[in-house]
Amino acid sequence: MTTALPDSPTVPALDKALPAARRAHAQAVASGSVTAALGVLGVALGLSAVFGAPRHLRIGWLLPLVGVIFDLGPLGGFFVAATGAVSIAVGIYAVGYAQREHWARFPLVMLPLFVAAMLLVPAAGSVTTFLLAWELMAAASLVLVLSEHHRAQVRSAGAFYAVMTQLGFAAILLALVVLSAAGGGDAFATIAAGSGGISGGTRTAVFLLTLMGFGSKAGLLPLHAWLPRAHPEAPSPVSALMSAAMVNMGIYGLIRIDLQILGPGPHWWGLTLMVFGALSAVFGVLQASVATDLKRLLAYSTTENMGLVTLALGAATLLSSYGARQVAAMAMTAALLLILAHAAFKTLAFLGAGSVLAATGLRDLDKLGGLARRMPGTTVMFGIAALGASGLPLGAGFVGEWLLLQSLIHSPHENNTLLALTMPLSVGAVALTTGLGIAAMVKAFGVGFLARPRSAAAQAAREAPTSMMAGMALAAAACGVFAVAPAALGPLLKQVLAALPTVGGNEAGPALGAYLRLPGIPGSMSPGLIAVALVVAVLLALGLGRWGLRHRPAAAVVPLWACGADSLSSKMQYTATSFAEPLQRVFDNVLKPETDVEVTHFAESQYLVEKVTYRTLLADPVEQRLYTPVVGAVTAWAHWVRRAHPGSVHLYLAYGALGLLIVLVITR
Amino acid sequence: MSATTGLAVLATALQVLAVVAGAPLVVGGMRQVRARLEGRAGGGIGQPWRDLRKQLRKQQITPQGTTVVFGFAPAVVAGTTLLIAAILPLIALGSPLDPAADLFGVVGLLFLGTVALTLAGLDTGTAFGGMGSSREITIAAPVEPTLLLAVFALSVPGHSANLAAIVSATADNPGQLVSPGSLLAFVALAIVIIAETGRLPVDNPSTHLELTMIHEAMVLEYAGPKLALVEWASGMRLTVLLGLMANLFLPWGVAGAHPSVLAILIGFVAITLKVAVLAGVLAAGEVFIAKLRYFRIPELLAGSFLLALLAVTASYFFATPTN
Repeated sequence: MTTALPDSPTVPALDKALPAARRAHAQAVASGSVTAALGVLGVALGLSAVFGAPRHLRIGWLLPLVGVIFDLGPLGGFFVAATGAVSIAVGIYAVGYAQREHWARFPLVMLPLFVAAMLLVPAAGSVTTFLLAWELMAAASLVLVLSEHHRAQVRSAGAFYAVMTQLGFAAILLALVVLSAAGGGDAFATIAAGSGGISGGTRTAVFLLTLMGFGSKAGLLPLHAWLPRAHPEAPSPVSALMSAAMVNMGIYGLIRIDLQILGPGPHWWGLTLMVFGALSAVFGVLQASVATDLKRLLAYSTTENMGLVTLALGAATLLSSYGARQVAAMAMTAALLLILAHAAFKTLAFLGAGSVLAATGLRDLDKLGGLARRMPGTTVMFGIAALGASGLPLGAGFVGEWLLLQSLIHSPHENNTLLALTMPLSVGAVALTTGLGIAAMVKAFGVGFLARPRSAAAQAAREAPTSMMAGMALAAAACGVFAVAPAALGPLLKQVLAALPTVGGNEAGPALGAYLRLPGIPGSMSPGLIAVALVVAVLLALGLGRWGLRHRPAAAVVPLWACGADSLSSKMQYTATSFAEPLQRVFDNVLKPETDVEVTHFAESQYLVEKVTYRTLLADPVEQRLYTPVVGAVTAWAHWVRRAHPGSVHLYLAYGALGLLIVLVITR
Repeated sequence: MSATTGLAVLATALQVLAVVAGAPLVVGGMRQVRARLEGRAGGGIGQPWRDLRKQLRKQQITPQGTTVVFGFAPAVVAGTTLLIAAILPLIALGSPLDPAADLFGVVGLLFLGTVALTLAGLDTGTAFGGMGSSREITIAAPVEPTLLLAVFALSVPGHSANLAAIVSATADNPGQLVSPGSLLAFVALAIVIIAETGRLPVDNPSTHLELTMIHEAMVLEYAGPKLALVEWASGMRLTVLLGLMANLFLPWGVAGAHPSVLAILIGFVAITLKVAVLAGVLAAGEVFIAKLRYFRIPELLAGSFLLALLAVTASYFFATPTN
């Protein structure tokens, strides 16, 4: 809250305030433009690596013994380009956002650093470089999450995120150390060349550890718990970067290490990926459909989408392990398309949520509403994002989901019980995800932006400044391209797919022309043509509605139907909670909501109600079942260990002597 | 463009026109069947057309505080339905839009319309609008996956999700209609079509009590020409879905991809008869059942979801190797 008290701004203070404001403006512009410039660089480098020769760079002096190795191939280039594109939009947006939210100097400096670290991860060509970049990215994002550290929730979210990201890092560290020891080198290229000699046990260990480490970064179940905490509490441009770009790094790790270097994996790798992917997708979307915090909803939707991507990766692995390489290539294309589409619409959604937050100070959907009239530009932008996230035609996510479903349907199932069981179940999971995803997005857009404002803050909202709108418009344009002209991505995806021979990459993938055609299967789709035809059809319908126009009296604006009462108050509207209440009841067994209704009667008569209080607590059931016992056990153990160091110097000396003895005995 | 493709385009245009003109008649026919079975005289088959004409001549009314979402939602619902009518193989297989959208696309378009109306309901900012939207989306959330799964089950024998391929595969090999997969998919599709079009026992289209409304609560603020468009669109949705169901499971009489004029005429008569019979059966069935309590509906839909899942699994296990 920065409303100035009426008597505070004296003339000298104003004099001082003006250069301060100018300086803040300059700093915001500098930070935003450096971020955007890094993004442009990322897109250029990434695309040149995809289409041109792989880039190789070694800086020997930067790290002792091994040096820093960068090796940018088509797969890395794809992720660098995607990250870069997100950063451009976020960088432009941050110019306005940082000024409006009065960012301190520290987050302004960290924002471009975070982007740089993220660009380094897919470019890393050796285990050491990868780990270094990974840790830089984790640390930079943690610092940014904590930029509003004066709020207790932010500190708690930061602690949660720090612990989980470091545990994930430990798992990745262990996996990559084992891998590099077994593969006989530090550089990924060396390991890949010698990967044939790695034993089955080592492969299994590396796969499980990387699934844990990368899965936690991608927000997969059950290691997703940091997402719905850290994403809402971080400043919105940072949330956008984390949700649209950083989680992709988890997917990149899975593809790079498990599919590209260690692949082709056995059947159960694919199956494991599919199970975790499907569970994450369904659980994520279910939580999103009942969430009332706008950014929490978006964070759960990230878990959902990364689940779908992982499901597609698993399907590609499983199918290619059974020799169905052409369908595997379709699944892999679906995964790549979903990653791109998610990056576009999630950037836009978080930036839109950021504009709402900056204008109203609210994330709670129950208090929002009526923004369509007050912030029309932002409303349109968020609408495009929500359409993309719901997986409907004309939305960015449609083509990827369509391709994923097609690859699941067309898997060859003759005489193969495993495929005949997993594929229908996966289709069920994907279908359920899209169905609930629609509910979640209708709620986010309909309750948050339409209707009438549910609080004074929403009533007083005003439109975001130009730079914020420009950042969002860029992401919206990307959404539009993915929605109606996915053919533009055809050459890019083809190049990336060719770098993934273990999942059928050298087969002909689906042809992304004006018509999307599936290889060897009679089936096609044309999102562009549907869009055009739909516009024509809607115009036709409008024409039908003009029938009888000459007989009509002049149009009028009238009050809403209030059942004969005087007027409606905005409290009578449905809120996000009431909108999702039926769904919450239907999925009672999974969500385990704690609801509490308290009715206060008038003292005069117990038949008259004075006040009703409704409280509902929707804790994450996975978190409660899994994390609480673990945290409890660690605390109990720590408590127990603490007894061993009561502060007595004599005891410590005894420990020292004992330790020395043990070492001597072992090394003898 | 050759003459045969020209005729295919003509068949598609005829389909759209038939749906536009026939939808109010289907609704009227169903009401009439119900009225007669309940011992009432009924308003006649043409009554919905007379209602439409009346509403289209009324004053255009915009409720205070609503946005363009409210204003354009009826056109979007009607537009998506018109597009679906142009894609589906109702009279002939060779719709020029058939390769542009398969069954997933059709399901997606259907839900685009649903979403537009739910948003319009929320946009009014009234208790009834929100209530209707919330209920509609709670029903739509399990309906969409069931539809997709049923599509999947039906696309296994034809090895394609494009509608013309499914319909011609069934016509060539009618034996697979009595396979467990097809039968389960039929039941699942029937339930979700009833739910999606807001018929009994899920929703009562002739209800006048706001508290029990689903679809009608959502569109409570519409009046005059916009209401006409909404009602027209919901009639068209019903017609189109009945036609889809008829041709998926009884694919006879549908003209081929390169039809002759006679084939188009036969196709037109066939689809009219099929839809009329299906609508009559549906209306007659509605006389004997009451509306389900709202929170029992998800159980019904979960049941149909399960049936669809079983249908897919069955069609996988009992798949006839064709190639």
